Amino acid sequence: MPSTGAPPGAPTLAAPDATADPGAARPPRRLGASAATAVLVPLLAVSVLLAIGLGSAGVAPADTLRYLWAGLTGGTIRADEVPTYQIVWQLRTPRVLLAAVVGAGLGAVGVAVQAMVRNPLADPYVLGVSSGASVGAVAVGVFGLLSALGVYAVSAGAFAGALAATLLVHLLARSPLGTTPLRLVLTGVALSFGFQAVMSAIIYFTPSGEATSAVLFWSMGGFGAATWGVLPPVAATVVAGALVLRALGRPLDALALGDESAASLGVDPTRVRRVLFGLTALMTGAMVAVSGAVGFVGLVVPHVVRILVGAGHRRVLAVAPLVGAVFMVWADLAARGLVAPRELPLGTITALVGVPVFIVLLRRRGYLFGSR
Amino acid sequence: MDLRLDGVTVEAAGRTLVHDLSLDVPDGGVVGLVGPNGSGKSTALRCVYRALRPTRGAVLLGGTDTTALSLRDSARSVAALTQENGGELDFTVAETVALGRTPHLRGNAPLSARERGLCRDAMERMDVAHLADRGVLTLSGGERQRVLVARCLVQEPEVLVLDEPTNHLDVRHQVGLLSLLRATGLTVLLVLHDLNLAAAVCDRIGVLEHGRLVAAGTPTDILTAPLVKRVFGVDAEVVAHPRTGDPQLLYTVRP
Repeated sequence: MPSTGAPPGAPTLAAPDATADPGAARPPRRLGASAATAVLVPLLAVSVLLAIGLGSAGVAPADTLRYLWAGLTGGTIRADEVPTYQIVWQLRTPRVLLAAVVGAGLGAVGVAVQAMVRNPLADPYVLGVSSGASVGAVAVGVFGLLSALGVYAVSAGAFAGALAATLLVHLLARSPLGTTPLRLVLTGVALSFGFQAVMSAIIYFTPSGEATSAVLFWSMGGFGAATWGVLPPVAATVVAGALVLRALGRPLDALALGDESAASLGVDPTRVRRVLFGLTALMTGAMVAVSGAVGFVGLVVPHVVRILVGAGHRRVLAVAPLVGAVFMVWADLAARGLVAPRELPLGTITALVGVPVFIVLLRRRGYLFGSR
Repeated sequence: MDLRLDGVTVEAAGRTLVHDLSLDVPDGGVVGLVGPNGSGKSTALRCVYRALRPTRGAVLLGGTDTTALSLRDSARSVAALTQENGGELDFTVAETVALGRTPHLRGNAPLSARERGLCRDAMERMDVAHLADRGVLTLSGGERQRVLVARCLVQEPEVLVLDEPTNHLDVRHQVGLLSLLRATGLTVLLVLHDLNLAAAVCDRIGVLEHGRLVAAGTPTDILTAPLVKRVFGVDAEVVAHPRTGDPQLLYTVRP
């Protein structure tokens, strides 16, 4: 065997006939993040434009652009165009933008949560954020809390409920040996059931149909309540959060190797996990507060993106928000367009599309997550 | 850079896993820890690569208590092969190896040309260059182990800590890896189950039993039939290697 007799000055495990590939150390790309971005950014822009134009009152893209320009710059339009302009500028634009923001946020948070708890089945709601938000929102609605906040009371209640729930999960999941990923997931899942029970109890003792429809909204999600007023806080939170997550790309890679390997690479797993926890709770709370818990996007998008660009978090976190945004814009369009004038709960669309996509991806050869 | 464990004690959940362990690894020396399953070998190593903080005692790196260093600073000096086998995400081999540069890089900064060269060299030395674009989850256990050692080399450490590095490796790669460890000139602390390999590669061997260091010395001093019988409960003949003189154990398997 060759290696035993190798001169000590040039030790190598390679057999002498092993030819080294000169390009081997180049970062391999299934698809470059820049290539994916170059496709996805224009696609998102076109999707947003089309989604704003499409609907019960169709508007041509050129007119849509003109209305948007008028809305942005305060320009003038003809008097007979005012009703259409109102629909485009006051209703659809904030709605489509909110869909894009929430889709982007769920994509990024899904990646972060799966890395944080090291579990491919995790989604942004696994740590009790959405059920906590539902309890907060329903409690505010039923008991008339936070009435000083006016129309934002329910959103504020949902946000507070989301943060309270994640804080509770975090505290309960702690142990003297640190917060292990599995303990986090199990605590989150258990408490989610608890919060749902609390919500059911509130609904049960509240004899009003309004509460029931509120539950449907919080558990299926939707952008019907979008206004220009709710957009800035959630957009700012999501964009800032997604940028911070992206900057954590390499620590996330290290964390994915295991807590001990991360520590040996100089990355404190407990600290990274704490940052991720706070960040994802804030982002998810802000999103759930305005749009309810839209399912499947945060679960499926990370997997789709890993298949497209590989597992490296720097690339995944650059691409996942774009994929999430594009997907959500079209899902929302389907939700309000398929059975117009009625509106399907958004969660049905994301699940009806997301489930088959997920199954197909999992059956694909060559996509591995965890043990074979 | 020399490594010293000074009275390291680790207690967890009411049990003492490592008890007052003191051990010196001189600069450029190769020291092995051996012992039965559950004797505290991996726990002791965890304290060195900072995955665990000793309850009492200290790990000194070139005379500096590692708790005084940031995790990042000690990771620039100490690389570790842990028992974790590479996680659950299907990173490519090249990506995994490149993560060895993590303690040297700020945030998402890309690898420099020199660092890409380091990765290439490490992959060639560990005979995994031809796997560079493969996903780590598609590799065999031994291939993955070699990828993780390559990651350690890329870290450009002064101290290497290896927890059962020969796990899953075929004989050629076992012998190759240990020859390479000797040739790097790095300070090495490693856990080995194969006492014959330990005798061949180590300057000194420490024997752990129930978390206590029960013997330490040169392979010839340590690997004696009575000690192997007492610590491992195994009958073995000890013979000198005909070429190197290292003690080698011959076991008898009876039906």
